[in-house]
Amino acid sequence: MRALAVLAFLLAFLPGLAGAVQPDEVLADPALESRAREISKGLRCLVCQNESIDESNATLARDLRLLVRERLVGGDSNAEVLDFVVQRYGDFVLLSPPVRPSTWLLWYGPFGLLLAGAIAAVFYLRAQRRPAAVAEPELTGEERRRIEALLADEDRNS
Amino acid sequence: MTRRLVYLLPLVLFLGVVAYFAVGLTRDPQKLPSTMIDRPAPEFALPPLLDSVPGLATADLKGQVALVNVFASWCAPCRVEHPILTGLARDGVTIFGINQKDKPEPAKRFLANLGNPYTRVGVDADGRASIDWGVYGVPETYVIDREGHVRYRHVGALTARDVSEKIRPMLRELSR
Repeated sequence: MRALAVLAFLLAFLPGLAGAVQPDEVLADPALESRAREISKGLRCLVCQNESIDESNATLARDLRLLVRERLVGGDSNAEVLDFVVQRYGDFVLLSPPVRPSTWLLWYGPFGLLLAGAIAAVFYLRAQRRPAAVAEPELTGEERRRIEALLADEDRNS
Repeated sequence: MTRRLVYLLPLVLFLGVVAYFAVGLTRDPQKLPSTMIDRPAPEFALPPLLDSVPGLATADLKGQVALVNVFASWCAPCRVEHPILTGLARDGVTIFGINQKDKPEPAKRFLANLGNPYTRVGVDADGRASIDWGVYGVPETYVIDREGHVRYRHVGALTARDVSEKIRPMLRELSR
């Protein structure tokens, strides 16, 4: 009994289950309802902006949840429902930005950067590993004579 | 020499990404562009709120340059911008109203107390027409051209400055 109470308490804090969907909004068909929940989670509530309409208590979010369900009952596919909303509110209503030429940099930019970094690293490491190409210059006759003189000097002093 | 350039490549790319994000992040996320700019206004037909003032439908938007203002009696910023709308109406600007998700009695009282700047007022009781317009914050004001195309959207209460710097020049331009 106690374990059950604890479980219920913990479940109440699970964000996934704590949507803002009101009982009167829920569809009779569980399959459609779960599709509606999935779609709602990807749609931004434009009033509160960083919540999905599934989580938001704003009136607009509720209206959009009802609209999503209405379209699903009317036979729309998930993509058609999303299109319907995007037509009215623009790409911003999608919590995950669509992949298209204007957003390529957003989606692929960081990977491009990583790749460029890797290429530069490979070039750098290769250059490091290559043995020094320039040979040490030979001593000139004059230098050799001076060294010998110095060494001879040292021998005499010790 | 080529090796130098290869070393510089990540830096150049990084700066590119920084510039891209810098532009994106300085945009005000509260100011969303309307998806309907330069497109025909959505199909809708709303019943009248008052006996003396007709309702509003898509066909009514054609034939003159006009403002469409989404308002409600429960919306405080609507009261703030109301004197500006009445001022525009006094100067001969055609303003159509969409009364969004309101009850008839308070809505009528709102117009009776503050004055009615609207040539037509449509009642959008369930907010569906507003969704078709892409309304996400009340009040919103749209500039409509003679062909019934949406040319501009303003979200939030209109200020005197918005009107003098944006709305009036735009109306003048479109009325030419």
